Amino acid sequence: MALVLNEEQSMLRDSARGFISDKAPVSHLRQLRDAKDATGFSRELWKGFAEMGFSGLLVPEAFGGSGLGCVEAGIVMEEIGRTLMPSPYLATSVLAASALSRGGSDAQKSQYLPNISDGSLLAALAIDEGAKHRPLMTKLKAVRAGNGFKLSGGKAFVVDGHTADLLIVAARSAGSAGERDGLTLFLVDPKAKGIAIERTAMVDAHNAARIVFDNAEVNADGVLGEVDQGFGLLEGVLNIGRAAVASEMVGLSEEVFGRTVTYLKERKQFGKLIGEFQALQHRAAQLYVDIEITRAAVLKALQTLDAGVDKAGAAVAVAKARAGTTATLAVQEGVQMHGGMGMTDQFDIGFFMKRARVCQELFGDSNFHADQLARMKSY
Amino acid sequence: MSDLEKFRSETRAWLQANCPPEMRKPMTSDGDTFWGGRNTKFSSEPQRIWFERMRDKGWTVPDWPREYGGGGLDAGEHKVLREEMAAMGARSPLSSFGIWMLGPALLKYGTEAQKKEHLPKIAAGLIRWCQGYSEPNAGSDLASLQTRAESDGDDYIITGQKIWTSYANYADWIFCLVRTDASAKKHDGISFILFDMASKGVSTKPILLISGYSPFCETFFDNVRVPKSHVVGTVNRGWDVAKYLLQHERAMISGMGERGVGRPLGQVAADSVGSDEQGRLEDPMLRGQIATFEIDEAALSAAAERAVDLAKAGQAHPAFSSAMKYYGTELNKRRHEILMSAGGVDALEWESERSRGGARPRAWLRTKANSIEGGTSEVMLGIVAKRILDLPGA
Repeated sequence: MALVLNEEQSMLRDSARGFISDKAPVSHLRQLRDAKDATGFSRELWKGFAEMGFSGLLVPEAFGGSGLGCVEAGIVMEEIGRTLMPSPYLATSVLAASALSRGGSDAQKSQYLPNISDGSLLAALAIDEGAKHRPLMTKLKAVRAGNGFKLSGGKAFVVDGHTADLLIVAARSAGSAGERDGLTLFLVDPKAKGIAIERTAMVDAHNAARIVFDNAEVNADGVLGEVDQGFGLLEGVLNIGRAAVASEMVGLSEEVFGRTVTYLKERKQFGKLIGEFQALQHRAAQLYVDIEITRAAVLKALQTLDAGVDKAGAAVAVAKARAGTTATLAVQEGVQMHGGMGMTDQFDIGFFMKRARVCQELFGDSNFHADQLARMKSY
Repeated sequence: MSDLEKFRSETRAWLQANCPPEMRKPMTSDGDTFWGGRNTKFSSEPQRIWFERMRDKGWTVPDWPREYGGGGLDAGEHKVLREEMAAMGARSPLSSFGIWMLGPALLKYGTEAQKKEHLPKIAAGLIRWCQGYSEPNAGSDLASLQTRAESDGDDYIITGQKIWTSYANYADWIFCLVRTDASAKKHDGISFILFDMASKGVSTKPILLISGYSPFCETFFDNVRVPKSHVVGTVNRGWDVAKYLLQHERAMISGMGERGVGRPLGQVAADSVGSDEQGRLEDPMLRGQIATFEIDEAALSAAAERAVDLAKAGQAHPAFSSAMKYYGTELNKRRHEILMSAGGVDALEWESERSRGGARPRAWLRTKANSIEGGTSEVMLGIVAKRILDLPGA
């Protein structure tokens, strides 16, 4: 397959870009942040997203979606990255839609997927427990009780956890932290007894929550996939999420870079445009090369996922690690080259720096994925 | 089955049947590369068989037109062939500056007579070419070159000196930049001309490098008589040809960083530093360096694939080869720094048989030229800044 977007994909990109840049420029995020908005995103815009068909992009056609692939989901994420639009897209339409389509029973799919597709159901994936992303180290306990399970433990960094109508929770039903076997995914009603959700305001003004489970009950039909064998399903879903976040970072990096190059052509010092200075020219050129190479690696990962999620581990590790280092470089150069202006809250560039830091951490940072790649290659 | 899938299965079957097992192993020494030329010898029988079979298919130059000895493959088929060869580890049957550099320039700028004369001999490995570009006072500032071509009837009389001429001492012909109009502005008086290295007045002198090898020469021209018909393109417009050829040269050099030749770095390192009970390298910092390198290597390889696909789709930026050249060469230098670090003291042996004559340190030192030859990294970044980013005054 050619490593470029085809015609339909280019059209999707154009329509996503048109919608997002028009309705949700960076000032949209700024307003939500300044107003301390309780939801943290615009429900009206989310409705618009659903009407455009974006929310059900990964949902199979049989359940009301458009049955498209990771390349298409990545295209939308990249456009989200350009304006930092806060949106349930990642948690609901990428992670939850993938988890349910890939692991759900027919009953579970029929119950949830059409509502994800039409934008009426919001979901969140609860994985991380400590400061770093370590899915194998999951400790949150699932103990058999009657017809179902009781969950106890804590989750952190649950994207959109405070607005979710449905939680997908990774829990340890057997074995101990670090083991592949013994993990189970559960579909949990966030309003159930024994669940406490605390919205955590984050540096990037996007949404996340800490959730405590205290003997929260789940029925047997709340098990997603197989009991004790949830890690394979989780890993596939996480890899789709990682590639999606990598796409967001490509969009973010390119936007910061574009703004920075524009500034180099406008700002004068010492009687010259600062873009005339070779010290800055070469750094700008290096960043350009870095972004182009990362873009190729991310598209490769998305295509590899579409060819078969189970064989995409290495390509995803490469993409997420590269996107993290590229975005980190892009935002640092962006602030530095904007000088004092880049340090002001009034200027948008800081929003990109903050979001890049969160994206780097989300589902494993560059170090995590370098370690993953080394493990896959047995060294 | 689509035509391309059919081509893939036929190609795979043909390669399986025709590529000798010895030619599917990673190259370990210079002798494993076949360069062709008047005085060439095959280093082994499998090398000869593999070369001849590929030549007869036109697959030494798969995408050149058949009438010039090529395989006539379109871009999609060429990609399939490369993928299938890479999948079985098949070596390139013929390495040649004629293929990588001169050929593309002749196909674009050559007369029909020039194409008919030179391309088939490149494809068949009969003539080995060298590149006469750099001069002692014209390195990064290539257009300031001073080698003179004086008009004398139907001929030019060429006098001057080139430097860093790769393998000039083994080459049969040279493609050369000469100044045909000394009064014009520096980019405007240059012509691109071809001549036989056996001509009277041509001499070469190998330059000993830090690796202990002499892949480059000084090349001297003392009143060398060359017919005017050997100019490629328009007289005094040789800079256009030179730049076009440089794009291909840069694409070639950038490919050095993505060639996953030999054993994986992780295994090479495990041999020297050992592994723990979980199979992880005992040197965690080195392990991190290798993983980070392999991430960048895989990303570059995707970018190289994408560059080909963008070109096919007519969306490529003509200066993008400079971006790839910059990144690929810096990456290749990193690979060899890691190899040296992984090898430790063992990688410092310079002459022993155990070290295959110091192959590893010599290869490491050779890579330092990658970010100089064909345009330095700094020149590449300058080109990206000017032509792609359109920065002022660049």
